[in-house]
Amino acid sequence: MHVSYEVRAGDFSIAGKVSSTVKGILKQLNLTPAHVKRIIVALYEAEVNVVAHSFGGKIDCDIDSEQVVITVSDTGPGIADLELAMTEGWSTATAEVREMGFGAGMGLSNIRKNTDILKIDTGKGKPTIISMTFRLAEGAEHA
Amino acid sequence: MKLSDVVQIVNGTVLCGQENLEREVRLGFASDLMSDVLTLLADDILLITGLSNNQAIRTAEMSDILQILFVRNKRPTKTMLDLAHEHGITVITTPYSMFRSSGLLFKNGLDPVY
Repeated sequence: MHVSYEVRAGDFSIAGKVSSTVKGILKQLNLTPAHVKRIIVALYEAEVNVVAHSFGGKIDCDIDSEQVVITVSDTGPGIADLELAMTEGWSTATAEVREMGFGAGMGLSNIRKNTDILKIDTGKGKPTIISMTFRLAEGAEHA
Repeated sequence: MKLSDVVQIVNGTVLCGQENLEREVRLGFASDLMSDVLTLLADDILLITGLSNNQAIRTAEMSDILQILFVRNKRPTKTMLDLAHEHGITVITTPYSMFRSSGLLFKNGLDPVY
């Protein structure tokens, strides 16, 4: 099953709408509550990142019985130093983003904690593409 | 404790989810930082926050948190309450501060997450 959604930059009134829709789909597909939670927490953090930091982007979800693969891609401006950005507590968030309860530099590490495979392709002035794989097979429950 | 106990302890007003006041809540977590809330794995949590915007409701939804206590008389917008109602989230507001609310609830048996 494949679904795709656009994410608008800067519009916090609808940030989380895609994650909410995907959560509904995952529940309908009878994924365990534990799987749904970690997939949705990672997706929501990524969606907020697109709204807060990018020029806009999209979210693609591929779901089968073995795994869920979610690709969150934006059109820039990219992350100059990914290693630094992955450090808990480091953030470039604006005051507006902080007022929304985010921007404490925990987003990417929250994403990493909840994914089985995380790939991030980015660079200064480039699009950012985050690919998150969540395994659903028995015994592959995330720690 | 029951949600009705929470309301009574913090002198609260229920803004949404009056029908859920018999629901049991086991743990309390006080934060204005939504990324921190998103790290919680436990269930049956009361989120105590002064952050009154859509993201507080969205974060509760994503974290499977079914009750939010807004402190210092924060008044959620209609959009926020509609969103909370859609996801079965009970919304309570209290005139007390986050510190006082947390202290009273802890004293009366609501356990901390950590």
